[in-house]
Amino acid sequence: MLIFERSEAGRFNSAQRIAGQESQALRLEGIPQAMRRKNSLQLPEVSELQSVRHYTQLSQKNFSIDTHFYPLGSCTMKYNPRGCNTLAMLPGFLGRHPAGSEQLGQGVMASLYDLQEILCEVTGMKATSLSPAAGAQGEFAGVAMIRAYHDARGDETRNEILVPDAAHGTNPASAVMCGYAVKEIPTNSEGDVDLDALRKVVGPQTAGIMLTNPSTLGVFERKIEEIASILHQAGGLLYYDGANLNAILGKTRPGDMGFDVIHINVHKTFSTPHGGGGPGAGPVVANERLAPYLPIPMVGEEKIGGETIYRWLGEEDCPQSIGRLSAWSGNVGVLLRAYIYARMLGTEGMERVANYSVLNANYLMKRLQKAGFTLAIPQRRATHEFIVTLKREAKELGVSAMDFAKRLLDYGHHAPTTYFPLLVPECLLIEPTETEDRETLDAFVEAMVTILGEAENSPDQVKGAPWTLPVRRLDDVRAARELDLNWYQRD
Amino acid sequence: MSEIPADLKYSKSHEWVREEGGMITVGITDHAQELLGDIVFVELPEVGGEIDLDGECGVIESVKAASDLYAPMAGEIVEVNEALADSPESINETPYDAWVFRIKPTSSDALEQLLDAAAYTEVVEAE
Repeated sequence: MLIFERSEAGRFNSAQRIAGQESQALRLEGIPQAMRRKNSLQLPEVSELQSVRHYTQLSQKNFSIDTHFYPLGSCTMKYNPRGCNTLAMLPGFLGRHPAGSEQLGQGVMASLYDLQEILCEVTGMKATSLSPAAGAQGEFAGVAMIRAYHDARGDETRNEILVPDAAHGTNPASAVMCGYAVKEIPTNSEGDVDLDALRKVVGPQTAGIMLTNPSTLGVFERKIEEIASILHQAGGLLYYDGANLNAILGKTRPGDMGFDVIHINVHKTFSTPHGGGGPGAGPVVANERLAPYLPIPMVGEEKIGGETIYRWLGEEDCPQSIGRLSAWSGNVGVLLRAYIYARMLGTEGMERVANYSVLNANYLMKRLQKAGFTLAIPQRRATHEFIVTLKREAKELGVSAMDFAKRLLDYGHHAPTTYFPLLVPECLLIEPTETEDRETLDAFVEAMVTILGEAENSPDQVKGAPWTLPVRRLDDVRAARELDLNWYQRD
Repeated sequence: MSEIPADLKYSKSHEWVREEGGMITVGITDHAQELLGDIVFVELPEVGGEIDLDGECGVIESVKAASDLYAPMAGEIVEVNEALADSPESINETPYDAWVFRIKPTSSDALEQLLDAAAYTEVVEAE
């Protein structure tokens, strides 16, 4: 039920009414007639208690990291520590406005400056811009910087970006948004980029390559230095998709592998809350070569008379910048949570993140393999995630990866990523993350084994799942064919 | 086992090809629609466009994935199946009737390069 469906004319939320005032006349005199809305705003008319109950009940239906194991591969759904939230909500942070004076914003700016430095250190790069408002915008910024670099050198014939076939769909999309043609590179059976195929397509038309390392297949790209040298010799650049950075924190750095620019999904690696349509942040970090093109604004540091002063760096400071991506300086509230998370972990803690996320993934992978599940790349050690293929189960038992995923919900586990990467048929991409204990991992294996037994003996139990959630299996075909996203007043 | 009509030609990327009076009609095979699952959207190529062999010409989107369509022969796109915009599910229901586009091939020999039903059956079985 939508909140609009609870609406009744004349009901109101008493908390919004000012004591002693029946209603406050809107003061519209400063707004030109032509710019005023003609129809009234369509808002639900509900009582305070109705709205509290409505949203509390909705939240109780939610299946989230706070309530359940959430091994959603490639999405790094780890626990968001409450401490990050508490500190980012301090009045000194909350009360700042981006248009406020730098003098009064020194605390926020010092935190953002520190975060820029931390991200440089973690990735082995030269400079950071925190301004992209989401991972996708960070990707766009990274490719736009590659373009700006080639253009600045008068090297305008480069019109192609290379993307391995295992890549996230956002990679080719970002390349196209920046005006590039996309060339796909195949992956070999061990999960590495096919180097012979790469050599064949690299040339004077190559602007760069976009890579995720570890890749979406959950394995480390072993030939990364060779790939970097092939690209650089041809005058192309390397873009690192930060989606899987969690696996290598404190172990190795994109900058050391030869990458020129990287975007970081702070909602993955730095544990800020995930989407839900809310604010995101996708900092972009570059080496010496690409640093001049980073988006503005950034925070700069100056020492004046023994005192450290922070200030916004704009167009005058960074004349070669690709420009602004939004009106202000990115989603500061999210960035602060990432900053606090990084500070709480420290260098040692970051390495621990990588250790445990990789250990958990390999433990889960081996246990599932022993239980009879087929791995997509059994000959390789997993990084922070791995792939199970249910091709045999689908063929012999008629029970698909989607059926397994839905049935897992009944057993109290969020489904892993299904049908991605596209290279592997009937696959589950499983990423436990470092925040899960052994009992939880064992319970997941137990559920998978139980479901496999059901698939053999009573397949309808799996195909009809979920049975125990607030909603049964949704008609995703009809949902996709007949999109219904907005509420409109029916009068 | 999916249906593989003996009178059609096939590409390794799971398109079927029917030759009629110098034009070829292209769709996706029963096996392909089975793999994709319920199809919810078809992006058609532009009529009049020149296309290379194995060039991308359209996208088929299912609830599982979005897959590119490839041209089994080089040539000019002369017609597209507009009806798919309203009823993409017809590819699931009758894959060999629900054609996607027609090509006027640059060379008529190109048909010989495609797989016959027996060879395509082997491709499907090897998967």
